[in-house]
Amino acid sequence: MASNEEILAGLAEIVNEETGLAPEAVELDKSFTEDLDIDSISMMTIVVNAEEKFGVRIPDEEVKNLKTVSDAVSFIAGAQA
Amino acid sequence: MTPVLRQNAIRPATRIHAVGAYRPDVVVTNDDVCQWIDSSDEWIRQRTGIQTRRRASAGISVLDMAEGAARQALDRAGIEPSRLGAVIVSTVSHPYAMPSAAAALTERLGATPAPAYDISAACAGYCYGVAQADALVRSGAAEFVLVVGAEKLSDFIDNHERTISFLLGDGAGAVVVGPAEEPGISASVWGSDGSKWDAIGMTHSLGKVRELESLARHADQSDDQALISAALDIWPTMRQDGPSVFRWAVWEMAKVAQRALDAAGVTAEDLSAFIPHQANMRIIDEMVKQLKLPAHVAVARDIVDSGNTSAASIPLAMHRLLDEDPSLSGGLALQIGFGAGLVFGAQVVRLP
Repeated sequence: MASNEEILAGLAEIVNEETGLAPEAVELDKSFTEDLDIDSISMMTIVVNAEEKFGVRIPDEEVKNLKTVSDAVSFIAGAQA
Repeated sequence: MTPVLRQNAIRPATRIHAVGAYRPDVVVTNDDVCQWIDSSDEWIRQRTGIQTRRRASAGISVLDMAEGAARQALDRAGIEPSRLGAVIVSTVSHPYAMPSAAAALTERLGATPAPAYDISAACAGYCYGVAQADALVRSGAAEFVLVVGAEKLSDFIDNHERTISFLLGDGAGAVVVGPAEEPGISASVWGSDGSKWDAIGMTHSLGKVRELESLARHADQSDDQALISAALDIWPTMRQDGPSVFRWAVWEMAKVAQRALDAAGVTAEDLSAFIPHQANMRIIDEMVKQLKLPAHVAVARDIVDSGNTSAASIPLAMHRLLDEDPSLSGGLALQIGFGAGLVFGAQVVRLP
C-alpha cells in the first residue's frame, strides 16, 4: 500500500505522461481542469492508468468528484485501505 | 414415416467481394461548427482530430446515400442485384420506425424479392451486418448479401449542444459478402452492454414527442409559454456521456479487438490494416497504443474529414484506405465497431 506522498508522486508521473506537464506542477491543491488544463478525455486516461498503477477501481461516477489532485490522492488512498 | 426435412447445404468460406462509398455534398468546417458552439478550430482538432465533416443537403436521404454506396459496391463486385440473397441496412437515422430502409433500397436496386431488413446497432451496425451476412452465406441461406451502413445523423443533432453533435457527419458505405475459396471473414466477436444504455442516446423518446405534441395542441397559447417552448424543442436529438464512452471505447474495446485477433487465429503482425469505427481520433490513437500495432499496419483515419458517421464509418474508411493504397487489397484488416447500446462487433477480414 502506498503512502499519500507515493500516490502523489505516482499521479504526477501519470499526468506527465499524458500531458507533458512537469511532475512538480502536480500539487495537492491544484484543480485538474482549472489549473492543470486537463480535459475530461485526458482525465479518463489518467484515471485508467492510476487504476492500474495503484490496483484500485475508480468508477465513472466517481471521476466527476475528483476535482483536485488532493481529491484523487484521498480517493486512491481510501480505495487501497 | 416422418419425412426428413431438407436443410441448406453449408458453404465453407466467405469474403468481402467489394466495398462502395457515398460521401455527401456539404463540407462542414470547424469554423462552421464554431458559429453554433463556443469553441475553436484548434480545440476541435486537438480533441477529436476532426477538420471537416461531410453532411447531406436537405434533398438527400439516408436511402439515397445507401443506394449510392450499394450500387458502387455491387458494380465493383461484378454482382447483379438480382443475385442478392439478402439486403441488410444498418442505420439509426432512417426517419421511419417502419417500413425499413432495406426494403426500399432492395426495390431501388432491382433486387426484389430479396429478404430485406434494418438493424439498430448504431456504430457497431456494420460489423453486426457483416457477422450476419457471413452466417447467412455460410449457412446457405443466401449466396450474396449486401450490407450497408447509411446515416444522415445531421437530421438528429442539435448543432448547439457540445457532447456529440459537432463530431457527427453523414454518409454511407456498403460491402457485398459472398462465397469464397479461402476464409475471408473471421469468427465475429460481438456483444452488448445494456447497463450503459444511457451513455449514448436521444434526448427523449418518441412517446415523449407525442405527449408534448398533444399537450401543446390543447394548450391555451396565451398563458402556457413553458409548454409552448418545450413543444418547440420536441425533436429528439443525440447526446452522449463523452468521458465514459471514451473509457469504454478504448480500454474495453481494445480487449474486444484482441479477442477478435485471437478468434481469427492471427496476431497484430499479420495485419495490413486496422479499421476501427471512426468515433474520435483520440480513441483511435489510444487503441493503436493499447493493441501495440506494428508500424506497418495502415490505420484508417477517415475521421479527419468525414467526422463520425456511425454505421457508415468503417466501410467508408475501408473504401478510402483501398483507394489511397490499392496494394492493401488482399491483406488482412481488423475492423471493430462500437457505440450506442452499448454494442460492439469486430472481425478480421481479407480486404477486397
